[in-house]
Amino acid sequence: MELILALGIGVLAGSGVWLLLRPRTYQVIIGLSLISYAVNLFIFGTGRLRIGQPPILTPGTAGDPAQYADPVPQALVLTAIVIGFATTALFLVVLLAARGLTGSDHVDGREQEKS
Amino acid sequence: MPDATVLTLLFILPFAGCLLTAFFPSNTRNIEAWIAGAVALGGLVLTISLYPSIAGGGSVRAEAEWLPALGIGVTIRMDGLAWMFALLVTGIGLLVMIYARYYMSPDDPVVRFFSFLLGFMGSMLGIVLSGNLIQLAFFWELTSLFSFLLIGYWHHTVRARDGARMALTVTGGGGLCLLLGLLLLGHIVGSYDLDTVLAAGERVRSHDLYLPALFLIFLGALTKSAQFPFHFWLPQAMAAPTPVSAYLHSATMVKAGVFLLVRLWPALGGTDVWFWVLVTVGLGTFTLGAFYAIFEQDLKGLLAYSTISHLGLVTLLIGLDSALGIVAAIFHMMNHATFKASLFMAAGIIDHETGTRDIRRLSGLGRIMPTTAILATVAAAAMAGVPLLNGFLSKEMFFAETIEQHVPSVFDDALPYLVTIAAIFSVVYSLRFIHGVFLGPPPTDLPRQPPRLPSWMVVPVALLVSACLLVGIFPGITAGPYLDAAVRAVLGADVPAYSLKVWHGITIPLLMSLTALVGGTLLYLVLRRYLASGIEGPPLLRHLDSPRLFDKSMVLLCWRAAAGLLSVLGTRRLQPQLRLLVGVALVAGLWPLYGPGLRMGDAAPSTFDPVLALVWVVGGTCAIGAGYLAKYHRLAALVLMGGAGLVVCITFAWFSAPDLALTQLLVEVVTTVLILLGLRWLPKRFAMIDAADYRVASTWFRRGRDLAIAATAGAGLAALAYAVMTRPVSDGSISRFFLENAYKEGGGTNVVNVILVDFRGFDTFGEITVLGTVALTVYALLRRFRPAPDSIERPEQQTRRRPEALAGEAEDGGLSDAMLVPGLIMRLLFPVIATVAVYLFMRGHDLPGGGFVAGLTMSVTFILQYMAGGTRWVEARLTILPVRWIAVGLLLAAATGIGSWPYGYPFLTSYFSYAELPLIGTVPVASALAFDLGVFVLVVGATVLILIALAHQSVRTHRPERSEASAAVASEAAAQPAREAG
Repeated sequence: MELILALGIGVLAGSGVWLLLRPRTYQVIIGLSLISYAVNLFIFGTGRLRIGQPPILTPGTAGDPAQYADPVPQALVLTAIVIGFATTALFLVVLLAARGLTGSDHVDGREQEKS
Repeated sequence: MPDATVLTLLFILPFAGCLLTAFFPSNTRNIEAWIAGAVALGGLVLTISLYPSIAGGGSVRAEAEWLPALGIGVTIRMDGLAWMFALLVTGIGLLVMIYARYYMSPDDPVVRFFSFLLGFMGSMLGIVLSGNLIQLAFFWELTSLFSFLLIGYWHHTVRARDGARMALTVTGGGGLCLLLGLLLLGHIVGSYDLDTVLAAGERVRSHDLYLPALFLIFLGALTKSAQFPFHFWLPQAMAAPTPVSAYLHSATMVKAGVFLLVRLWPALGGTDVWFWVLVTVGLGTFTLGAFYAIFEQDLKGLLAYSTISHLGLVTLLIGLDSALGIVAAIFHMMNHATFKASLFMAAGIIDHETGTRDIRRLSGLGRIMPTTAILATVAAAAMAGVPLLNGFLSKEMFFAETIEQHVPSVFDDALPYLVTIAAIFSVVYSLRFIHGVFLGPPPTDLPRQPPRLPSWMVVPVALLVSACLLVGIFPGITAGPYLDAAVRAVLGADVPAYSLKVWHGITIPLLMSLTALVGGTLLYLVLRRYLASGIEGPPLLRHLDSPRLFDKSMVLLCWRAAAGLLSVLGTRRLQPQLRLLVGVALVAGLWPLYGPGLRMGDAAPSTFDPVLALVWVVGGTCAIGAGYLAKYHRLAALVLMGGAGLVVCITFAWFSAPDLALTQLLVEVVTTVLILLGLRWLPKRFAMIDAADYRVASTWFRRGRDLAIAATAGAGLAALAYAVMTRPVSDGSISRFFLENAYKEGGGTNVVNVILVDFRGFDTFGEITVLGTVALTVYALLRRFRPAPDSIERPEQQTRRRPEALAGEAEDGGLSDAMLVPGLIMRLLFPVIATVAVYLFMRGHDLPGGGFVAGLTMSVTFILQYMAGGTRWVEARLTILPVRWIAVGLLLAAATGIGSWPYGYPFLTSYFSYAELPLIGTVPVASALAFDLGVFVLVVGATVLILIALAHQSVRTHRPERSEASAAVASEAAAQPAREAG
C-alpha cells in the first residue's frame, strides 16, 4: 500500500504545483489546496501506515508504541489541516478583494502584456 | 595625576567637548570657538605631559572591560608613535580651531561645525590611541562619518553633497574591508590586543590567511590615504570648508591609512607582497598625483593632488620594507602635515579675502597680502624640498632609501630615476602655486578686493611655517628626540643609525634633490605658456575622469544592477517568483541525493488492498482533473478537488487516524462552501476566446516547462514518501513518551487530543490565535469590498430561472420556492447537528472528536441555514456575535493556561480528575477540557465570521441602486456587515 499512497501523494503534489504556476488566482487556490493534501499525507505517512490501531488507549494503561499508530504526525497534521483551512479562507478573500480592486483575476493584478 | 588617568582624560575630552558644543544655540560663535580651542589646547597639554612616560620607548595603557568573553575591551595605549600623532592631532587641531574662528562666516551654523570638528578630533585620537584592533576599526569608521558630515557641511551645494557621499562610499567601504581584515588578523593571532598582534609577526606571515587579511587591510589603508586607484575622492572632498581640508584632508585623517601601515608593519611587513603592492601603488600615486597637481587650476585642488602625491611617497617608503624607510616615512608624515596644513590655510585666506581660488584669476597677490605670501612661499618651498626646510630633510632620506637595493629586479634599479621624475613634478606645482598666485602683474579679475591688513587667520599659518623652518634648520634638537621615540615604538630595540643633519656632504640624494629643483624649474618655464592658456585638466590623462567613472559605476551598481535584480526577483510578477521558489525547493531537495542517491527502505510493505487502490485511482483522477479544469470550469474543478479531499479523508480513516478523518471531512465541507460563495465574484472565462493564445509557440513552451517542473516535484515527493514509509520505525521517537503518558498525566485516552490540548497546548493556543486573526482579517478585508464592474450584475443562473420572480416579491430570485422542502429539513436539523457537536466535544478527550471538530460541526449548522433560508433570512434571525465568540474563546483558553499560575505551575499545566455525575456517570474533569472549550468557541466564532462576511456580499450587491454604482451607496453597503455581524 505504501507504493499506492506514495503515488497518490505524487499525483496530488504534481497537480498542485502545476496549478500553482498558472496565471489565474483561482487556479492557484485550488493548487494550494491540492499541495496541502499531499503534504499532510506525507507528514502522516512518516508515522508509517497501520491498519486498525488508532491511538486511542484503553483507560488506565500506558500505551505501547508497537500497539498503536504514531500519534505525533497525526497531531501535526490535525494542526496543519486547521491552519490550511484558515489560509485558504484568507487567500480566497484576498483573491476576491484583488479581483474587485483591479478588475482582473490574474495573479499579478493585471493581464500580462502579449509579446 | 597617574598616566593612565591623563590618557583616559585625553581620550574622553574631545567627545565631551563635541557633546557640549552641540547643545549651544546655533547663532553663538565665539563661545564654541573658545570651547573648541580650549579642548584642543587641553588635549595638547595632556599629550605633552605624557611625553616623559613614553620617551624611553615605553608605553602607557588604560583599560576598561567591555566584552571580556570575546577578548574585546577598551584599551587606550600610547607609545612613541601614538604620541607623535596625538601631538599632531591636538596641535594642528588647536591651530585649525583658531583659524576656523576667523574663517567661518557668521551666517554659517558654526555650532555644528565645531561640534563635528571636536568629534573628529576624538575619533582620530581614538585611532592612534587604540590598543585593540576592533576598537581601532570602530574609530576608523567614526572618522569616515565625521569626514562625511564635515565635507557636506555646506549641504546646500551639490558639490558638497556629492563630495561627501563619494568620500563616505570610498572610505567607508574601505573601512568595512579593514574591519574584515583586522578580524582575520585577530583570528590568526588569537587576540585583538595590539601588543600581542605586533609580537606575533612570524605566525601571521606564515599563516594561510595572511594574504586575504593583508589585502583587506591594504584596501582599508589605501582608500583612507587616497592612494591610486582610490585617490579620486580627495579632490572632490575639497568642497569642504578650508579648515576641514587643512585638518582632515591633509594633516590627519588621510594620514590614518599610512599610520596604520606603519603601526602594523612589525606584524605584516617583510614579505614580497608587501613590497610589490605598496611600492607600485606608492610610486604610481606619487607620480600621478604630482602630475595632476601641475595642471590643476583650483588652488585647493592643486593642494589635494599634492597631498595624494605626498601620501604616495610615504606609502612607497613603507613599502620599501626597511627600518630606515619607516624612519623616513614617519618623519615625512610629520613634515607634510606641517607644511601642507599651512598651505591649505594660506589658500583659505586667499579664497576668503579675494573670493576666488582659481589660479587663472589670481596674480600678483604678493604685493597686496605680503605676510600670507611670504608664509605660503616658505611652506611651498618645504613642499618642493628646498634645503633648510623640513621637507628637504625627509625627502633626502627618501631618496637615500630608494637608492638602496631591495628586491633584485629592473624595477628596483629604475626606482631612483622614477622618483626623481616625480620629485621634478613636485617642484613644478610648488613653483606654480607661488608664481601663479603671488608674483606677476596685479590682479584685475578679483570678485572681492582684499583688505590691506592681515587677519588673525595668519597666526596659525605663521606658527606652522616657523615649525617648518625650525625643524629644517635644527632638526637634531627640534625633531630628533620625538622622532626617535616614535621610531622606537615601531622598530623596538634595533633602531638603525640615522642622522638628522642638514649637511651630509655631496651625496647622491643631494644630487637627486638638486636635479629635481633645477629640472622642476626648467620644466615650469617650458610649461608656463601651456598652463597660462587655462585648459582644465592634465594633458594625456584628461579623459581618465575618475569621479565620473565612480559615478557611472555607482549608477550601474545601485540603479541598473538593482533594477535588474528587481526584475528577476521582484514581486511585481508572481509566476516567475513561484517558479523560482519551486525550483529552489527542488534543487534543495535533490542536492543531498547527489552522490549517495535515494535509498528505499527495506521494511516489509503492508498488504496490497484493491479497494484502497481503486479509491486512489479515483483520487488521482480527481486531482489531475482539477488541475486540468481549474481555468475554465471552476465549479467542476471545485467538485473534483473535494473528491480528492474525500479520498484523503478515507485514507486517514483507513490508516488508523479517525481524528484526522473527521477534521478533514468537516474542513472539506466548510472550504467548499466558502469557495462556492467566492465563485460568484470571479470573471467569466471562455475557452474559445483564449484559443488564439494556444496557437502561440511561447505559450506551449511555458506550459511544457511548468508541466516538467510539476512532474518533477510530484515524482520527487512520491519517491521521498515511499522511501520514508518503507523504512523501519526507530524506537527513539518521542511518540513513545506521548503514548505512555497520555493517560497517566493527561487523563485522556485519545492520545492525539491529549497532545493537542495538554502536552502541546501552547502550540494549539498559538494556532487558535492564528485562526481568530485570520477571521478578523477576512472580515476587515471584506468590509471595503468592491466587486469588479462586470460581476455586479445578478448571476445568470438566478435571472434565467424565473424572470417574473425578479419583478416583485421574491428578492432571492425565486430560490425559496425551489428550496422549500430541503430548507425545512435543514432548519429542523439545526438542534440535531448542534447536539452532535456537543457530543463530539465532550468525548474528545477519550475518543475521536474534540474542540476543533465540534466547532467545525457547529459552523456547518450555520452554513446549512444559509443554504436553506438564504442570506437575508439568516441575517434577520442570527443572534450569534462571532467577534465576541472569538474573544471569549481566546480568553477562556488563556485563562485556563494562567489558571495554573496560582498553584505555582508554569503556563498551561493541566489538572484532571474524574467526577461522578448522576445519570451521566463518570466524567473526566480536566483543565484541558476548559482549554478545549476555548478552542471550540473560537473555532465556531472564526468560521461563522468568515462565512457571514462572505455570504453578506451577495446581499448588498443585489440591491437595485448598486447598478448606479454611486460611491456613497457603496460605502454604506460596505459598512453594513460591520453592524450586522459585529
